[in-house]
Amino acid sequence: MDFSLIFTSALREAFGTQAAYYALLVIGLNVHYGYTGLLNFGQAGFAMVGAYGVGIMVTWAGWSLWAALPMGLVGGLLFALLLGLPTLRLRGDYFAITTIAASEILRRVIRSSWASDVTGGTSGLGDVAPEFTRLNPFDGRVKLVGQWSYFGSDVWSGLWTWAVVLLVTLLVWLLMRSPWGRVLRAIREDEDAARSLGKNVVSFKLQSLVLGGMIGSLGGIMLTLQRSSVIDQVFEPRTTFFAYAALILGGAATTFGPIIGSMLFWFLFTASTQFLREMARQGWMPGFLESSDSTGTLVLAMVGLLIVLLTVFRPQGVFGDRQELLLDG
Amino acid sequence: MAARQVTRLLTTLVLTALLTLGVAVAALAEGEGFAGTLMAGEDPIPGAEVVVRDADGNEVGRATSAEDGSWAVITDSTGQYQVELLTDTLPDGVELTDASPIRDVRLTIGGLQLQIRYDFDEAVVGASTGDKLVQNLFSGLKTGLIIAIAAVGLSLIFGTTGLINFAHGELVTFGAVTAWFLNTAGLELPIVLAVLGAVIIGGAFGGLQEWGMFARLRKRRVSGFQFLTVTIGLSLLYQSTLRLWFGNSFEDYVIEQRPPLEIGPILTPPKDVVVMVLALLVLLGVAAMLQLTRMGKAMRAVADNRDLAEASGIDVSRVILMVWVLGGSLATVGGVFQGITGNVHYLNGFKLLLLMFAAIILGGLGSAYGAIVGGIAVGITSEVSVVWVSSELKEVWALLILIGVLLVRPQGILGRAERLG
Amino acid sequence: MDEPHVPPVDHPDPVPGGRRAAAAAALADLDCVPGVEKPDPILIADEVTRRFGGLTAVDVEHLEIQRGVITALIGPNGAGKTTFFNLLTGFDQPDTGSWSFDGEQLGRVPAHAVAHRGMVRTFQLTKALTRLTVIENMRLGATRQTGERFITAPFRAAWRGREDDITAQADELLKRFRLDHVRDDYAGTLSGGQRKLREMARSLMVKPRLVMLDEPMAGVNPALTESLLGHVKDLPEDGMTVVFVEHDMDVVMDISDWVVVMAQGRIIAEGTPHAVASNPEVIDAYLGEHHDDKSAYETGPVAIDHALARSVAEGYE
Repeated sequence: MDFSLIFTSALREAFGTQAAYYALLVIGLNVHYGYTGLLNFGQAGFAMVGAYGVGIMVTWAGWSLWAALPMGLVGGLLFALLLGLPTLRLRGDYFAITTIAASEILRRVIRSSWASDVTGGTSGLGDVAPEFTRLNPFDGRVKLVGQWSYFGSDVWSGLWTWAVVLLVTLLVWLLMRSPWGRVLRAIREDEDAARSLGKNVVSFKLQSLVLGGMIGSLGGIMLTLQRSSVIDQVFEPRTTFFAYAALILGGAATTFGPIIGSMLFWFLFTASTQFLREMARQGWMPGFLESSDSTGTLVLAMVGLLIVLLTVFRPQGVFGDRQELLLDG
Repeated sequence: MAARQVTRLLTTLVLTALLTLGVAVAALAEGEGFAGTLMAGEDPIPGAEVVVRDADGNEVGRATSAEDGSWAVITDSTGQYQVELLTDTLPDGVELTDASPIRDVRLTIGGLQLQIRYDFDEAVVGASTGDKLVQNLFSGLKTGLIIAIAAVGLSLIFGTTGLINFAHGELVTFGAVTAWFLNTAGLELPIVLAVLGAVIIGGAFGGLQEWGMFARLRKRRVSGFQFLTVTIGLSLLYQSTLRLWFGNSFEDYVIEQRPPLEIGPILTPPKDVVVMVLALLVLLGVAAMLQLTRMGKAMRAVADNRDLAEASGIDVSRVILMVWVLGGSLATVGGVFQGITGNVHYLNGFKLLLLMFAAIILGGLGSAYGAIVGGIAVGITSEVSVVWVSSELKEVWALLILIGVLLVRPQGILGRAERLG
Repeated sequence: MDEPHVPPVDHPDPVPGGRRAAAAAALADLDCVPGVEKPDPILIADEVTRRFGGLTAVDVEHLEIQRGVITALIGPNGAGKTTFFNLLTGFDQPDTGSWSFDGEQLGRVPAHAVAHRGMVRTFQLTKALTRLTVIENMRLGATRQTGERFITAPFRAAWRGREDDITAQADELLKRFRLDHVRDDYAGTLSGGQRKLREMARSLMVKPRLVMLDEPMAGVNPALTESLLGHVKDLPEDGMTVVFVEHDMDVVMDISDWVVVMAQGRIIAEGTPHAVASNPEVIDAYLGEHHDDKSAYETGPVAIDHALARSVAEGYE
């Protein structure tokens, strides 16, 4: 069994474009869940409106890519308002249900033949970001260390996405150390207390939802630049669940938790997938786990288990400070 | 079209279905891939498109069905594929009766063309809007009763513990899959025994979750947020485990097939009628239990106000355990009914979950009767919408209702207005 | 995001004998009847009702709260005291009624806006912002912090000056409430009594004119009770009016200038502590309290509704 190959491919994923895209989703989720205590189960939907916002403006409205990029963010803004206005006055459970329901509604509408003239239906939209691809200065494979290498196109999109990740992290850090961030954290701890001290809780929650949602949409935009295409399947609810796993792994309500969590998540995800495949290839797996499909499914089961165990036993994340969470209200 | 003719068509359809039972039949041909013949009863469906994609979602090939309804797509290698019938390419009035136009299939043997079968419902072809409406009201009621049965547990669990269980859909699938294994593989129990067995196992599974996990988590004073993320994780864990166990195929229970019944404009397999009658009986039974038995009253009391119930000497932990057992059993019943009227698949419950959410929010979170009323309303809305709007969007309406309800009357139809402070 | 600005409370020179004594003196000659008019009311409520299902939790015909004194709101369990608090502070919506605060109509004004107008409440079960430090808890109470606006928040220069002022104000209060030694601890680590102190101190950060304290002494150990009472007594001297809910009659007799008695949602009596203590109706209401809650489920639906509404009204959750 080639452990160095497993390790390298896991490392490649941890620093790759996928992890960077997830980092954006998770930073947004951290604003919602980590700082404000909003249970957004529809973060994939925010990424989706970001991606389709760009894709539709380019392929259907015929805009240039650069003009279309901000439309992804506008999509995130509108989606946040649509979700937040009816539900933020209500208990958190309603919000959680509505977010997952709304992003699934939207995804089903997008993939339906009814909307396919605009959205491309189940085939999605292609050739969305040729302008971005054309600017790519990297050719062939870019080698880092040993077998650790990337395609030139991935280096190009990866560098941009990670740069955006760092910028957004800086913005969120600036916001969260401010009195504005203090109000969000107060709302997370106890809404009524914040309200009794004169904070317009619904307005702050809406601002948080918009901010985190638009960061998620930014993720969708960056994904669109990477792939130059948009398809609804990558925005299934599972994406949101992965983002939660990464957030809890890295530690909610911390500045670098989302980045560390996404990298760690994709490292572990890839390493276990590769490891199990290798096991199967060596004939060490029971028959029903031999196919690559079932090893993939097994890894999904492990992600589920990881979410459960981390939430219960290390809700502060792998590196977090347990002390803070032991405080009771 | 004469009703008798439709009956005959559907009989043929059912007979061919029986002959090709097991979904896929391998046929020798040059090159491996997928093939099939699209027939609506005795009439071939020409001009419909089928797309085949590989595991990464890239299109491998597509085919348009010929005059005789046949189609074939040759792939270059074995592996995991997804076959999709593009429903918008079907002629008007021809509706797919299968749960999904998408099949995830594994091609294992080279040189074989795997037969992919799709079933079509021709009952609505050429029917008047009024007739369609009645037919869809009927199937809406059927769907609604199934949602209602599955959602009662979800709502009661929320009412008694404050937990929204995102893994409730997997309780539904677990029940359906358990019944399928009892019914087919190895044991080959008759369907009635298989279902009874599954109901007991499903109830035990529900109770086990409460006893082994949620009761302990409550003692650790895990926060509400954490509970929700735990159930999200559980949903992913159970769903994947069910897929490993059951596979990614659509299966049927072994049930004696009979010619469809004709009741006015309604045309239905007799098993659906049986399911509806049984569903009504189950719901009446649940209502009687909640209204008349000591445990049922205690369940309602705990759902109303947990602290007060505790102060009144009710053993709240035991009541919650029983709610989980009841929830697991009812989820099983819902899952089996869903499997009987459609087919069994590992994602069935997850797909039902959003409809259950819509149902319990519409009816009022925490209320058992609310879940029933909401479930039926959601089922009817989604099925009836098909009369006018594409069936791809039928669930969208139910979910839009959910958001509408939150805007207008967040406590739902039967819910109590909440106090904010 | 536009928040109405409240002028800071001015602190005129103390009146000889104390401002509170002066304000309380005006109450001495009043008739001790429900709804009696006060010489200088800060809060006037009319026809306020709130129903839960079939039960009327609050039904207050007329109530005036005298400015600058300490008014106690007492009554047996389920009398609707907390619900009345919730209504007045915008945490619950009444079925009917109106009330004005310092001449300004406050009916249906949302809770956060009520606080901005200078009427602040505390909670029976303290609302600790557990994972914020004590000083952050305090800072949160301040108003007019432009750094709470999304647009200005990232720019520290824009809000730093105000933050320093707020911190100074908070430190002063922490010192006064003897909490300065736990300034940088997480609020979740405080003892029950310290939480009550912190809750009161935090509410003063809003610079309120009317402070509504919901059972400020509940669950506080006797050693801290005295200091807590002292702080409550000091508030009127700083120009604030105090309304508080309390069960302990000794506390009520000790610190209040006026007592309002509620039972079954209505105001059944009001007057000076002495007058109320000897009022036969009040004694009846308290004696009538002792019937058993626990049999509620055995005695049919009406009893369930009644008991349910009562517990809801009391805010057990």
